Amino acid sequence: MSELKRRSIEVYNWFEQRLGLGAPVIEAAEHEVPANTASWWYVFGSAATVILVLQVMTGILLALVYAPTAGHAWNSLEFLDHNVKLGWFLRAMHGWGSDFMVAIVLIHMAQVFLFGAYKFPRELTWIIGVFLLLLTLGMAFTGQVLRFDQDAYWGLGIGASIVSRVPLIGAPLVGLMLGGPIIAGPTLSRFFTLHVFVIPGILLAMVGLHIWMVLRLGINDWPMPGRLVNRKTYVSEYHHLTEKTGIPFVPDAAWKDSLFAAAIMLAVMACALWFGPFGPTGQPDPTIIQTAPKPDFAFLWIYAVLAYLPPSLETPVLFIAPVLGIGAMLLLPLLSGEGEKHWSRRPVAVLMVAVIAVILGAFTRLGMYTPWSPVMNAWTSDPIPAAYLKDRTPLEREGALVLQNKQCRNCHSIGGAGGMRGPALDAVASKMTEDQIIRQVLQGGGNMPAYGNALNPSETTALVHFLTTLRGDDLSPAIDASQHLVSSSEQPAGPPKEH
Amino acid sequence: MTPSEQQIPPGAPLTEPANPESHKSAGHSRRVFLFKLSLLVNGAVGAVLAVPILGYLLGPALKKTSADNSWINLGPLADFPEGETRLVNFRNPVTTSWDGQTGDIPCWVRRISGNTFQVFAINCAHLGCPVRWFAQSQLFMCPCHGGAYYADGSRASGPPERGLFEYEYQVVSGSLVISAGKMPTLANQAKNESPLVQLEGATSTEAPLPKPRCSSCQS
Ligand code: FES
Repeated sequence: MSELKRRSIEVYNWFEQRLGLGAPVIEAAEHEVPANTASWWYVFGSAATVILVLQVMTGILLALVYAPTAGHAWNSLEFLDHNVKLGWFLRAMHGWGSDFMVAIVLIHMAQVFLFGAYKFPRELTWIIGVFLLLLTLGMAFTGQVLRFDQDAYWGLGIGASIVSRVPLIGAPLVGLMLGGPIIAGPTLSRFFTLHVFVIPGILLAMVGLHIWMVLRLGINDWPMPGRLVNRKTYVSEYHHLTEKTGIPFVPDAAWKDSLFAAAIMLAVMACALWFGPFGPTGQPDPTIIQTAPKPDFAFLWIYAVLAYLPPSLETPVLFIAPVLGIGAMLLLPLLSGEGEKHWSRRPVAVLMVAVIAVILGAFTRLGMYTPWSPVMNAWTSDPIPAAYLKDRTPLEREGALVLQNKQCRNCHSIGGAGGMRGPALDAVASKMTEDQIIRQVLQGGGNMPAYGNALNPSETTALVHFLTTLRGDDLSPAIDASQHLVSSSEQPAGPPKEH
Repeated sequence: MTPSEQQIPPGAPLTEPANPESHKSAGHSRRVFLFKLSLLVNGAVGAVLAVPILGYLLGPALKKTSADNSWINLGPLADFPEGETRLVNFRNPVTTSWDGQTGDIPCWVRRISGNTFQVFAINCAHLGCPVRWFAQSQLFMCPCHGGAYYADGSRASGPPERGLFEYEYQVVSGSLVISAGKMPTLANQAKNESPLVQLEGATSTEAPLPKPRCSSCQS
């Protein structure tokens, strides 16, 4: 046994004499960190790095089979899913790994922000971190394109349409993005190049810098309320703290990182096993238009924002908001590089994180069920509740047919089924008078198109008659108060209106 | 101690030759000059190299819109009943053999009457999703963000800021021919003329036209 040990040390020394890497690596691993940084809050950065390695590995394995041409990509994904042993699992790992990576990078960023870690002397570490976030999102978007299905095709269309709105150079930029006049072979090749060569190259180099700076500057000490960062004294204070309470990073602090990394890997594997790979959805054939394209999870909130922006604001918001947002993140450490680090004394910072998280969460949730999108097949598939047809006149029932045939339900729900673009119609007659309904149907208004051209007079009459029967749980019908006044002044002895 | 401080010594000797106090500085200024000269030469070579690289990279961006458009035959007029709006697919004039199905582009053809048509792009004027025609309600609806258009392509509701994109068309010897080839976006609106001017142009079928390039040849 000791003989074996001696031999292996000899071999190690042979390499070490030539490489000289072992000593500095061990040195870096065992460097002292303040004891208070050995916290479960400090595990996200290393977890993101571990997932990055997973993504690189699974990505290389997928590239063994994937065919990056517009004509074959989709088929090669189907082949991976069904004909290559465990191909589906590799695809699932890569897909779920990407979702986890985006999530963990965001959590890491929020944690670092709340702990004031971006302050002196770690400003550049944060700035590079901002680029790492953007690159991670870039990987997520280009990866979604490589899953060359319907969603990818129309997602590219959305991307090109956004780019086309850039003032002055919109058209050349679209050409640059698509690599040709339409979304086709050259487009996929471009995104393949970005996803496999360009972005990963920059990403890995920047991760290297990021980690190098963490080692060089020391990990951020646990913030204490009232302990302010001062450019003149911080470094010596930090060294003092490290000398006094220092523990070797490996193993005293790193066991938490490595345990968390294992848990995250298990979670990715569990999701991959349980939920399987993402898509591919339908073939990337633009002539199949029966589709409702949707972006991947990380971009659902943008999709939702795009649906809600008023047309006049859309282009400015699309280009000014990201510049402001990214600019603010980049400038943050330069503008507030000193002072308080602890979250309990930075209420604005805490509030900002909370507000941003709630906004992202809310828009993502909305993006998941897209209430603004018409349900394209609601008019042929959703029934009208029997109660709404019981004891109705033939004209009213005819109106129910008109409602169905004219695709009203693609945007309006009845009995809980149908689109959510417009208001539900179950109680429409308790909110609008007959006249208002007629006006709204014929002329449109708000977000509703005018149906004057699509309905003949008899259809309109039938439809409106049916709609006036829809009063929810027998609420009283909406009445025109002014009409009541007018008619009562004309005929003082008229019968009192019901309420 | 951070490891960096231990790593400074190995790097330090590298900076010493640059130290002017070194006794080896006899030929130093000459070598500095030569080094600067070599940088200059490399800069020049780099600049020359950048020309083909940028030309290659920016090629698709610098191409004129009109260069991608050509006349495409959508089929005989008999295929398009008056008063109806139909989905028609054509093969994009510029394709590669590895484009697969992505080279097939759909469009909505509305025959108003006689030789009067409107040919709409499939791409929503908002962000390019595929709009669907609903004959019963006389609307185009977009599945993405709920944009809607009337039968004549004008904006009805939702986020689009304008009506549907229209392709230029001509009627040539009994066939409908459109000018297409590039994905329509706000920066490349299939055509610039207002619809009325187009309708006038279309009625005079004698206009000398390039022979329609038959890409879909449905008949
Ligand atoms: S793409 Fe059609 S409404 Fe947004």
